[in-house]
Amino acid sequence: MASAPHDRRPSSQPPSSLRAPALPRGEGTILVTGACGRLGKHVVRVQHRERRVIGVDRRPFPDKPKDVVHEQLDIRRKKLKDVFRAEPIEAVIHLGVMHDPRASQAEHHSWNVAGFQKLLEYVAHFKVPKLVVLSSANVYGPQPDNAQFLNEDAPLLGGARFSEIRDLIEVDMLAQGFFWKHPETETVILRPVHIVGGVHNAASNFLRLPTIPTLLGFDPMVQIIHELDVVRAIGRALVPGRRGIYNVAGPEPLPLSHIVKILGKPSIPIPYTFGKAILKRLWAFRLTTFPAPELDHIRYVCMVDDRHARRELGYEPATSIEETVKSVGLESW
Amino acid sequence: MRLGGRLRGVAPLARKLIDVAVSGVDDWMTGKLGEEFNARLARVPLNLTATGIDEFGLDPAWTKYALASAAFLHRKYFRTEIFGRENVPAGRVLLIANHSGQIPIDAALIGASMFMDVEPPRFMRAMVDKWTQTLPFVSLLFSRVGQVVGVPENAKRLLESEEALLVFPEGSRGIAKSFDKRYQLCEFGLGFMRLALETNTPIVPVSVVGGEEQYVSFGNFDSLAKLLRIPSLPILPQLLLPFGVLPLPTRYRITFGEPMRFEGDPDDDDAIIEEKVFAVKATIQSMLNRGLKARKSIFF
Repeated sequence: MASAPHDRRPSSQPPSSLRAPALPRGEGTILVTGACGRLGKHVVRVQHRERRVIGVDRRPFPDKPKDVVHEQLDIRRKKLKDVFRAEPIEAVIHLGVMHDPRASQAEHHSWNVAGFQKLLEYVAHFKVPKLVVLSSANVYGPQPDNAQFLNEDAPLLGGARFSEIRDLIEVDMLAQGFFWKHPETETVILRPVHIVGGVHNAASNFLRLPTIPTLLGFDPMVQIIHELDVVRAIGRALVPGRRGIYNVAGPEPLPLSHIVKILGKPSIPIPYTFGKAILKRLWAFRLTTFPAPELDHIRYVCMVDDRHARRELGYEPATSIEETVKSVGLESW
Repeated sequence: MRLGGRLRGVAPLARKLIDVAVSGVDDWMTGKLGEEFNARLARVPLNLTATGIDEFGLDPAWTKYALASAAFLHRKYFRTEIFGRENVPAGRVLLIANHSGQIPIDAALIGASMFMDVEPPRFMRAMVDKWTQTLPFVSLLFSRVGQVVGVPENAKRLLESEEALLVFPEGSRGIAKSFDKRYQLCEFGLGFMRLALETNTPIVPVSVVGGEEQYVSFGNFDSLAKLLRIPSLPILPQLLLPFGVLPLPTRYRITFGEPMRFEGDPDDDDAIIEEKVFAVKATIQSMLNRGLKARKSIFF
């Protein structure tokens, strides 16, 4: 299939200043931002077996695979441009979204929005053919009047009650704008449901609590997805020709109480108003990592319809619901 | 610490008590409703996922009890008479009914008859108001017995998976009718017709006679209802009587009309959709009128 014979081993790539010969679509270099997050590491580990991978993160990547180039830099810095200039990049996977509820709003905004804008600028300037952005189904937000399964056209109301998520919505919107403005780049926006596994996000941390608090009289249906299924979805999104916005759901939805049952942990039901007041206090005293508005996630449904991803990306979750739930208890490394 | 220890001691006891209560209720159910109830339960077509519930949160174990209580009302309290049960098709269907009676007993009874009298037995779905989702326990119960939030996407998804969906196009205007307006249909919403056209679903008109007399309403406190943010606040003198909270044991008569099929563009102008809606409304009104004429007594 390849027109010119060439060695694809990344270690034998020519020095970056010489510019590598163009590889056929779907085999060129991938740049992964946020490569040192749990998910980033998974993506790097899966992709580097087939393609050259450059990781970008401001954290170090001590246990990176040998053939992966890691650039330890802040994506807001000019240095990022040098990475793009050095060699042709075929795809950018943007995972570098900061979601630390404790970080200041300004820092959050600057990192997530300004940093992403810089990245988009370079993607456009260097005519990168593929951009994959990992957004989240949380951008829709849990609402009492949500449809049971939201499709990709649903309004992004996640910020209505929970302002900390606004910059994630902004990232999603920027990516959408980019999708329309730069048709020469195939932009894929993935909106996965709650990612669980070894990752440290609110959903996984919540399920790792020794006793799981629930809201008295509420037991919403929830969707969770295993981190490796997200990695799989990203892999599907990299296939040339795929573009668009896709909800990504894991195995079948289930009530929160069933998740608790599968984990075999005790749970305490707490009345909503009481729970909210306590959580606010705990938050103020820095005793919890869960901001009070996130309680809505265990109160109302926020589930997505992933039919498009299944049909158009050919994505299919490979982890059963039982394994997915239990993965929060396993430390993968 | 000590509290935890005590709780641990109480938990198995509580579980045992619950088990006893559940098996007691099960026995009572079979006694009152007959073996047929359980036999029908086994024949309900369901789309369950691996975790034993469906994607809207319907849990057959919960639905069983909800249906048993509805069936008790249906058979013993309101002694419902059913007409035209053969008119309900087996696949996807939109049941369009008149709404009455201050509290939605009509929905429960239609649901009970869809399970007890119609072939094959069905777990009927209905749409509930959005604000019910903010209520603890209520939202949970509704979800487990298969009632979904009233948004068009949900209705479409249910019909596409061949469910039976009940819609009251009158909405809360209909249920809060005062006694002098009984059995006069209020304005119909148009959404159900667009839905039927879009999903190519047959419409079964349903008339419910008997609901308007269960609570005699002299009117509504509209401004107070608005203040309390509830859909309506009827004036019900019977509440002053002993046991007046219970609805009067009127006899319900539920008639399923012949399925109506419509064709056309679901995105047509309101005027065109209105014509089709009017055809359904007229059918239900004439079914109501006939039912009222045939009725000899409100209570028997």
